[in-house]
Amino acid sequence: MHMADALISPAVGGTMWAATAGLTVYSAKKLKENLDEHKVPLMGVLGAFIFAAQMINFTIPATGSSGHLGGGMILAILLGPYAAFLVMASVLTIQALFFADGGLLALGCNIFNLGFFPCFIAYPFIYRKIVGEQPSPSRILLGAMAAAILSLQMGAFGVVSETLFSGISELPFSTFVLLMLPIHLAIGVVEGLITTAVVSFVWKAHPEILTPAPFSPAARGHSHKPLLIGLALLAVAAGGMLSWFASTHPDGLEWSIKGASGKEELEAPQEGVHGTMAWIQEKLSFLPDYGFRKQEEEKGGKPGEEKGGKKEESWPDVSLGKSLAGILGAALTLLLAGAIGLGLRKYYSPGKG
Amino acid sequence: MAKIESSLLNIGYLETLSCQQTPLHRLDPRVKLLTTLVFIVAVVSFGKYEITGLIPFIIYPVTLIAVGNLPPGYLAKKILLAAPFAFFIGIFNPLLDRAILVHLGPVGISGGWVSFASIMIRFILTVSAALILVAGTGLNAVCLALERMGAPASFVVQLLFLYRYIFVLTDEALRLVRARSLRSFQGRGLGFRVVGYLIGQLLLRTLERAQRIHRAMLSRGFDGKIRLVRSSAIHLKDAGFLVGWVTLFVLMRWYNIPYLLGHLVMGLAP
Amino acid sequence: MSHHLVEVRDLEYSYPDGTFALRGVSFRITHGEAVGIIGANGAGKSTLLLQLNGCLLPQAGTVRIGDLPLNKKTLSHVRRTVGMVFQDPDDQLFMPLVYDDVAFGPLNLGLPLEEVDERVKQALATVGALHLKDRPPYRLSGGEKRAVAIASVLSMSPSILVMDEPTSYLDPQTRRQLINLLKTFQHTMIIATHDLDLVLDLCDRTIILKTGQVAADGPTRRILQDGELLHASGLEKPLCMQGCPVCPAGQSSANL
Repeated sequence: MHMADALISPAVGGTMWAATAGLTVYSAKKLKENLDEHKVPLMGVLGAFIFAAQMINFTIPATGSSGHLGGGMILAILLGPYAAFLVMASVLTIQALFFADGGLLALGCNIFNLGFFPCFIAYPFIYRKIVGEQPSPSRILLGAMAAAILSLQMGAFGVVSETLFSGISELPFSTFVLLMLPIHLAIGVVEGLITTAVVSFVWKAHPEILTPAPFSPAARGHSHKPLLIGLALLAVAAGGMLSWFASTHPDGLEWSIKGASGKEELEAPQEGVHGTMAWIQEKLSFLPDYGFRKQEEEKGGKPGEEKGGKKEESWPDVSLGKSLAGILGAALTLLLAGAIGLGLRKYYSPGKG
Repeated sequence: MAKIESSLLNIGYLETLSCQQTPLHRLDPRVKLLTTLVFIVAVVSFGKYEITGLIPFIIYPVTLIAVGNLPPGYLAKKILLAAPFAFFIGIFNPLLDRAILVHLGPVGISGGWVSFASIMIRFILTVSAALILVAGTGLNAVCLALERMGAPASFVVQLLFLYRYIFVLTDEALRLVRARSLRSFQGRGLGFRVVGYLIGQLLLRTLERAQRIHRAMLSRGFDGKIRLVRSSAIHLKDAGFLVGWVTLFVLMRWYNIPYLLGHLVMGLAP
Repeated sequence: MSHHLVEVRDLEYSYPDGTFALRGVSFRITHGEAVGIIGANGAGKSTLLLQLNGCLLPQAGTVRIGDLPLNKKTLSHVRRTVGMVFQDPDDQLFMPLVYDDVAFGPLNLGLPLEEVDERVKQALATVGALHLKDRPPYRLSGGEKRAVAIASVLSMSPSILVMDEPTSYLDPQTRRQLINLLKTFQHTMIIATHDLDLVLDLCDRTIILKTGQVAADGPTRRILQDGELLHASGLEKPLCMQGCPVCPAGQSSANL
């Protein structure tokens, strides 16, 4: 469910980071405007609560597997969208740092997928619309279920899109979607049920907690436009900058060989996956690096010695020598790195530092 | 519950590691954060079939582990634990991309396997960099770095508070779960309703605690703004660290060192 | 400057859900007095303490701290004079490092950084915790947390210290250290506690609360010897005043 750094490209990572950063700054500003200073301790502790609550695993009947709470919906219901977003972001940050859940670059994607969709879309437009000003057990159930399921679907879709645009994984859109969406449907149902159970429990004990925070849809529609425009511009700028960066650093297909042995076989299958990619790329031209990469692959990459890498000749002959050089060099590099590491360790450990 | 206990221990252990006094720990946190980010971007910016070019990047985690006196076995275990998602997405690559990309003697290796290997190497590199950042710096310092570098104050405060109360709350969750499991005789596993109840209890206690904390803050004059006192001098060694590593990353990204090295060695052989 | 530092008159308070907590509570505490507030669970001790710095505001009656009547406008002034130490130190130590927690109050007062630094070090030194200043609070033992919590209040230089169950969760020696420390304080002290031996040791005066009302108010020695009164209020004599199981009859280990 969390994106990983290993599957992401700088362009996608950077774009999502820009979006997330923008949302974070916006939420912080809104928080200040509403002068909710008593929320500071509440937000912090609720963040720890979500963290702890996620550790309480339950068994999903009939499957034997276990699941746990996401938390975005509960937070949004208790805190309102802005504070909830910040809390979700903080929880995901801790998870990324301490549990390697996702990665630092992918954190932007994860915060967006798991924070933006529940807090800014599912909560106001689904939960609030259903539950309204007077919560009742059935409304809470309906609202929480609908909101949880939909926000998780959106989040899953986000993961698929981000992986797709990164171009590292081979999974084509259709397969990935078919994989992710049903699983997240199940997870969404579970999340909805737990959210309902928790919210109902709290509502019976302390109904005043659930009085909705001031958040009028009319004002929302109005105030979000400039934000969205700003985000879009940021995304374009980030994408453009990063793809420029990527294009000046040629891909290495150094010891791979498009060479004769591989070339013919290579092109046909490429059409399938990469063809689709290229088509999408053309449509969304702010990720030009992918197109560049495709060209590169067809024409063959030059070994890393040359910076340009835009050489058009293909290498008809993959000499065994070239592959060997690569492997040998890789092995040597590893040995070297290991030696440096051990040496440093010896130098630094006995009582030093 | 195993998961709660192990995650408590986990954070606690990383926290302990971050309290050490080594040359790594003494560097300014902003510098470490920036360097880690540049590292990750560099690693991730390679093309999907890249393997040899990625290998020299291992020098960064290796060096920091050595200098920072961090336990490599523990880090390796954590990386392994976090691997499933990347693994299961990555494993589709060999299935879908069957075109032969390279020959190693008589054996043909498909592009899919190459990109899969690339994914796993990226994974190891990026995850180790993130873990080393925390183990070598500590979360409090990272938060301060974030704040100095422009993150909104309320987000940083949020992170600090969250971290402060993680132990307290996971402890409470643990007690609730234990108490329940001591009274349940129908085998393991928790059903929905029980989980809802446990989480609800935890939530109520959390809300009460939040109120008490708020009172304590008011009693000491809290006016809405959290103020932190920290020194923010950047020394030469901090700048040197940043510049040195970034330069190296750029060089390693630009030139394929294993290939050069291999060529060199083979050129020497008769 | 009023001679009566803390004056409570006909205080009444009930919780939002309607339960009565305090009724007709009145007393006067003068400068330098150490007063113990005792009573059974639910008698209203903690609620009363929270009235003293405005965390809760009474529905009827008045509270005066020094010259100031306690109301919404005088809250910040009152909170400089009254330092409150809460029952659970984890609620009180919420900053990343011990230093930050102790500096929290002075920084909120708007003091310059050098002065803040001085006050922090001074407060920590007073409670014997200066060596802990760069530690995160979750790495402290119970006694250390308690000491730092007190320091976090001391750094604001209050003239009145209000404490809720200060010796709870402490092991015997740490408890003794705390009592010895408190004995050195010149502040006016108001301590709500179940630890009757602490009251005997530290407080000249004792107030018994029973179901939200003052059941007794007088010198500690007299009150804590009155077995019937204590029993009627849901309490009993301090352990050191009860028959010692080891010593010859009548002797106690009271005065340490």
